[in-house]
Amino acid sequence: MIAIVDYGMGNLRSVQKGFARVGHEAEITADPDRVANARGIVLPGVGAFGDAMINLGDAGLTSPIVKAVSEGVPFLGICLGLQLLFTESEELGVHRGLDLLAGKVCLFPEGQRIPQIGWNQIHIQRETPLLAGVPDGAFFYFVHSYYVSPSRKEDGIASTDYGIDYVAIAGAENVFGVQFHPEKSQDAGLKILSNFGNLAG
Amino acid sequence: MLAKRIIPCLDVKNGRNVRGVKFSADKDAGDPIDLARRYDAEGADELVFYDITASAEKRDIVAALVRRVSEEVFIPFTVGGGVRTFEDIRTIIEEGAEKASINSAAVRNPDIINEGSRSFGSQAIVGSMDAIRRGEEDESEGVWWEVVVDGGRTPTGKDAVAWAEELVQRGAGELVLNSIDADGTKDGYDVVFTRTVADRVNVPIVASGGCGGPDHMFDVLDRGQASAALAASIFHYEQYSIPEVKTYLANRGVTVRPRLDLGL
Repeated sequence: MIAIVDYGMGNLRSVQKGFARVGHEAEITADPDRVANARGIVLPGVGAFGDAMINLGDAGLTSPIVKAVSEGVPFLGICLGLQLLFTESEELGVHRGLDLLAGKVCLFPEGQRIPQIGWNQIHIQRETPLLAGVPDGAFFYFVHSYYVSPSRKEDGIASTDYGIDYVAIAGAENVFGVQFHPEKSQDAGLKILSNFGNLAG
Repeated sequence: MLAKRIIPCLDVKNGRNVRGVKFSADKDAGDPIDLARRYDAEGADELVFYDITASAEKRDIVAALVRRVSEEVFIPFTVGGGVRTFEDIRTIIEEGAEKASINSAAVRNPDIINEGSRSFGSQAIVGSMDAIRRGEEDESEGVWWEVVVDGGRTPTGKDAVAWAEELVQRGAGELVLNSIDADGTKDGYDVVFTRTVADRVNVPIVASGGCGGPDHMFDVLDRGQASAALAASIFHYEQYSIPEVKTYLANRGVTVRPRLDLGL
């Protein structure tokens, strides 16, 4: 079972429907035991970073997620869920993240419209099973004002250009995060959900 | 590069398409899901559902529509038309739409923008306005644009550019600018209005009203500095297909998203 973590940060049903479309059953759950026993964990989310960490902690979800990931369970963070993987964010003050990947979350510099809303391209830096069958230069649907800046260059899987080149897909081993919304990115996004579903077995 | 967005708008009432739509014989011309699927397959970047249901069951009808769309279509979509209360916004977002578009209700109760963006994020709250051009270009005061509500019938005295700034300051993550002068003319968007607002606010601008063809889209995306162009009739009545529009724009140097078919 793939667990879509419900921690009160936005609409999760679209993600579930996306998985269903590509033949993978996913369960929306706020139950720490269900998350701890999942074969794959998906952390979606929109909203503020600080609120999200508080909600995860209050729901008793932080430690099951960190434990499962350290044991090798495939993990996919989406949008805010990618940002939460990192050490800290500068959104509305400095907040600690899950620190599963080293680095920080920063506000886009001035010069572009914020938030970035719309379809932008990814430039693949290194191969990963998550991107099997996804062509370099494919467009995905992004909505965000902050971006992730990994400390280790090798944690960047694909980049996107929005005034600056930033990391749109990050990951290491079984941990992945995507800044865009695969559940709203038509075939390109559904392919990523399909690939993740296969990784989760 | 961030692509410019092409957004078909579907007018719906009681869960059915309002405009007559040409379809092959086996298709239900009244089901907005069929039309949404067609636009999705053609490569629309986003959809807007404009709901004009006026019954007491409006919220339930909209909820059912949004739920069905989010099961069938894996691109972002916005719901607007008579969004009045926080509960309306919640229904739209929780059933699976990306954004709720708020127009007249924001003029009457601007705090709804703050409340919506605080709970669902700025990206979920679209500030939409209808505006009419006032004054003449050669007058010393120049032109300005007045916000109107109730589908253009009621003037508010509000300056549209100042209102755009207020909507953004209150938390709207995107603005839809609909020119009542241009609406229905097919003579092109109000490019000057779009550009004037785009220069004053930092969020993406969606231009609406007056599209008669891809050249109008080019103008408003290029000179008008819009991030997206919304159109209804040209797509509904199949004067242009979305691929035709995108090919035209790409040939003129505009970044657009090509349809990617991975067979899913």
